[in-house]
Amino acid sequence: MSGAGVAAADGAALAAIRRVGAIGLFFGRILAQCLPALTRPRVVIHQIYNAGARSLIIIMLCGLFVGMVLGLQGHDLLARFGSEDALGVAAALSLLKELGPVVGALLFAGRAGTSLTSEIGLMKATDQLTAMEIMAVDPLRLVVAPRFLGALIALPLLVAIFNIVGLFGAQLVGVQLMGIDSGAFWSQTQAAVELDDVYEGVIKSVVFGAACGLIAVYEGYHAAPTAEGVGLATTRTVVTSSVLTLLLDYVLTAAFL
Amino acid sequence: MVDVRGVHYGFGRREIFSGLDLQVRRGRITAFMGPSGTGKTTLLRLITGQAAPHEGTVRVFGEDVPKLPQRELFALRRRMGMLFQNGALLTDLSVFENVAFPLREHARLPESLLRHIVLSKLHAVGLRGAANLMPGELSGGMARRVALARAIVMDPEILIYDEPFVGLDPISMGMIVRLIRQMNEVLGITSIVVSHDVEELGAIAHDSYLLSQGKVVASGTPAELRASHLEVVRQFMEGIADGPVPFHYPAPDYFGQLLDGGSP
Repeated sequence: MSGAGVAAADGAALAAIRRVGAIGLFFGRILAQCLPALTRPRVVIHQIYNAGARSLIIIMLCGLFVGMVLGLQGHDLLARFGSEDALGVAAALSLLKELGPVVGALLFAGRAGTSLTSEIGLMKATDQLTAMEIMAVDPLRLVVAPRFLGALIALPLLVAIFNIVGLFGAQLVGVQLMGIDSGAFWSQTQAAVELDDVYEGVIKSVVFGAACGLIAVYEGYHAAPTAEGVGLATTRTVVTSSVLTLLLDYVLTAAFL
Repeated sequence: MVDVRGVHYGFGRREIFSGLDLQVRRGRITAFMGPSGTGKTTLLRLITGQAAPHEGTVRVFGEDVPKLPQRELFALRRRMGMLFQNGALLTDLSVFENVAFPLREHARLPESLLRHIVLSKLHAVGLRGAANLMPGELSGGMARRVALARAIVMDPEILIYDEPFVGLDPISMGMIVRLIRQMNEVLGITSIVVSHDVEELGAIAHDSYLLSQGKVVASGTPAELRASHLEVVRQFMEGIADGPVPFHYPAPDYFGQLLDGGSP
């Protein structure tokens, strides 16, 4: 590699490290404002509605299709070993431990994360955040922390709905279409799925909710106050949240095994 | 009330202020004038503690603003009001809630008293009837008047106006001019007005500072500035396109660049 290439790589690495540090510091500042933000539950509930209820349709729709695909693929695979009745177990564990939290977080980053980034970015571009500061109101407490908490609380709820609808989709294909016995499907699922599997999914969805929420508010708060700046920040939210979700998924899965 | 001394400030290599000195006296309307890009809005950012000078001091109410911790800075800002160029109204709140916002944040008032105060401030700017409208439903002039009502709702001692006349029709401009004067005369609020609108400022300002190239190049009453023989003051007050403030941004020789055939 040429000298200029090494210098460029060094610069990019330094910029990446600086960015990780900045996000970490921002996370600390948000955490410090979370308790004060919780003293206004209505604001937080409004943000849970914004981030959660407005993502509900897309989460349910995608959950249904993911479950139906699991039903088809799972049936095809299990039929080779003559254990089609285990489809419910396979679908439930896949959804609870992996697909629910991961796909839910990716969808959440694309739907709610971008919305949070552009909203905060536009508030910055139109001087609303500065106006708050001049009125001696910390925007981190009033704007950022409630949105972060909204994402943190909304994603696990959305993932739970994703899992339920996904399992329904798998049942629809397995039982109604492929003719697996309904009793076998549900009883095996009930017998094989343990509470630890549910905990794993819940912990993952909470961590992903925090990660997606943090990235979305960080990018919005630090967006350049122009149309292009807000657009770029929105793109960065999707890319960073998606990569971070998959990276954290690997780390958490390794930790649980 | 505001004392700026020896301030140096810049972005990267670009120097905005190089030894800026100025004072704002209590109960007066003080105008900061100057060509675009001369750092007038940056000066407001220094006064309100949104930016810190690289050198020099900025004192407001005797407090050294850049050295204040956040809690004390916020306490200081509660004594200030600011009208932004675009109003900066919170777009998800109604006109009433925008004006009520500082009160809800800083004063635990009974709802009836809060309503009384907000409606009285909206009445003062002539927009009591617009209380239930959303910011998106307001014209530029109306938005600025709502922002003014919000800026005075905490009864500030200093009111800062950032380019209050930009983009307004003559009627709206007249209303804003009248309101600035009323706020000063009736409520005794010290006012800082940043603008390059010489005519309007001449009608209301008690003191004026003309900023150019990082420094105060002239100060005095608007009449004194108008009578000045300094070339840079004359250029600004009379709107002459070229002079000490050049029409052309620094560039290489025109014909040489055309013949060069390289990148622009």
